[in-house]
Amino acid sequence: MIELQGLTKRYGDKLAVDGLTCTVRPGIVTGFLGPNGAGKSTTMRMMLDLDNPTAGTVLIDGKHYRQLRDPLRAVGALLDAKAMHGGRSAYNHLLCLAQSNGIPGSRVREVLDTVGLTSVAKKRSKGFSLGMGQRLGIAGALLGDPRILMFDEPVNGLDPEGIHWIRNLMKNLAAQGRTVFVSSHLMSEMALTADHLVVIGQGRLLADTSMAEFIAQNSRSYVRLRSPDHERLLDALAAAGVAPVTTADGTLEVDGTDAARLGELAARHGIVLHELSPQQASLEEAFMGLTAESVEYHAHSSPGEAPAAGQGGPGDPPPGAGWGAGRREKGS
Amino acid sequence: MTAPQPPQQPAYAQAPQPGQPGTPPQQWTGAAAPFVYVSPIPVRRANLADALKSEWTKIRSVRSTLWTLGVTIVLILGIGLLAAGVVSSAENDLGAESSPLTLGFFGVLLSIICVITLGVLTISSEFGTGLIRTTLTACPDRARVLTAKVVVFFLLSFVITLISTTLVAMSDSALLADRWSGEITGAEYFKATVGVSLFVAFLGLIALAVGALLRHSAGAITTMLGVVLLPLVAAMFMFTDSLEGVRKALFEYSVPNLLATFYETGATQASSGPTGWEPLWIVVAAAGVTLGGAYASLLNRDA
Repeated sequence: MIELQGLTKRYGDKLAVDGLTCTVRPGIVTGFLGPNGAGKSTTMRMMLDLDNPTAGTVLIDGKHYRQLRDPLRAVGALLDAKAMHGGRSAYNHLLCLAQSNGIPGSRVREVLDTVGLTSVAKKRSKGFSLGMGQRLGIAGALLGDPRILMFDEPVNGLDPEGIHWIRNLMKNLAAQGRTVFVSSHLMSEMALTADHLVVIGQGRLLADTSMAEFIAQNSRSYVRLRSPDHERLLDALAAAGVAPVTTADGTLEVDGTDAARLGELAARHGIVLHELSPQQASLEEAFMGLTAESVEYHAHSSPGEAPAAGQGGPGDPPPGAGWGAGRREKGS
Repeated sequence: MTAPQPPQQPAYAQAPQPGQPGTPPQQWTGAAAPFVYVSPIPVRRANLADALKSEWTKIRSVRSTLWTLGVTIVLILGIGLLAAGVVSSAENDLGAESSPLTLGFFGVLLSIICVITLGVLTISSEFGTGLIRTTLTACPDRARVLTAKVVVFFLLSFVITLISTTLVAMSDSALLADRWSGEITGAEYFKATVGVSLFVAFLGLIALAVGALLRHSAGAITTMLGVVLLPLVAAMFMFTDSLEGVRKALFEYSVPNLLATFYETGATQASSGPTGWEPLWIVVAAAGVTLGGAYASLLNRDA
């Protein structure tokens, strides 16, 4: 169990992490999501007592990290796959970590086997690929067989087989009753592994919710309609009390009415439809909507495409669905 | 000092089962967590001895250690023996005032560069690669990490220098036994071996401290080379009479001159400046101050 209480980190006049309060519970995989520069890594470094918080505290099983008598046994962390001396062999890298916590050398061979690096154990890590580096980092995290595991972007650089492996690994670790805390900037990745979500943007907590709840709230479905008889369709929909949203490319999007009813409505009015398709907003889009205003480094691809919230059609967005407007304007 | 082996099973091949011998009881902490994982590996409080073992593994498992210490040995032995060879084949005997021990000086002077480099790299390479974060995660007691590094590096550089200087002192005095009429006293011998080695090792500790303060290999090595060479170079360019006092002090307290003091015999002793064991106390004090700064920096700054 990890408890963050008002965790704050200030660099000069920039708030990297702003009053973060949340609890990471054992037995589940908790995804820590945020766009690049949201403060995920800074938060994780403060959790491990590497960086001093400007304000607030982190408690690991009720203790400050510095008070842990058996740090590697309590917390295993993968922060940076490249955080190793390139001239040292994988085995020696893990051995010096194990020795610093009085962990027997036999455990080094065990974790090397677990991550599948036994064959390159004596090779210097300089020649390792990013994926191999990640595996070695994960081996280091598993070394103390800890109760709590923290992974910072663990799937970076892994091949599909490696990604599959780490997903299962994280789920298994959580199923054993461990606390698993994984950061990522990929919602799609988290959707497959995490049971709980903590979303931050520009250092502030945006959501602390279970995955199921997040999906229920954010993956709203809508129906896309396209007709050559645009105006008549609009009139017909208005007459039926349905409020559509017109997108940039002239298609209509309708929330809260199922496709069958819309089809029947069009048929009754004799309107030709070129498209009638139920759509599901992806979690990736929901996440992007949630964090749109707090993305630090915007890539300005098309001018005039503002990630503005609450500019949807009349009477359209229910509270908290500001992301929906952004989605529609992109016309996806 | 391997911890008692638990009945080896892949540690997370299975979750702790209730009622199974040797596994802890389940702890219910809410619906999301049916139990909290407890490792089958026995837990033992880590201490400084563990940190020392870890640092020893670190320092012996990289090639830069092998290279810097290898070159140290080659320089001390090679130049020391070469000097003895030149003198023994020369026509004139060694003057009565300079003992064969002084021939070891130049090799040690050059080897200082290697020891400084190793001292800096011992800590700055961890900052350069980001390994320091892993290290500090494994051992949040930062003072313990630095202490372990200091002890391991100091002993290693001291032992290597001591072996090399002792070999040179023995072979040089043997080679030149018939070319020199004087007598080497025990104190002179001790100073030219143990004294010199302590001096070099403490100088290496200053380098380690500077590495911890600057956290940048090239910057710290350059700084240390400046500390070793600049006073001497600066002294050479101070022609003005008004600066005579400064010039003299810079020269007398420059690292090469401090090192040379260890090879002084009664006959060659300078009229002013540090004498006897004073250079060692100077370098010990300097190492103490810089290491104090290094501890403060490591304890308080973000890693």
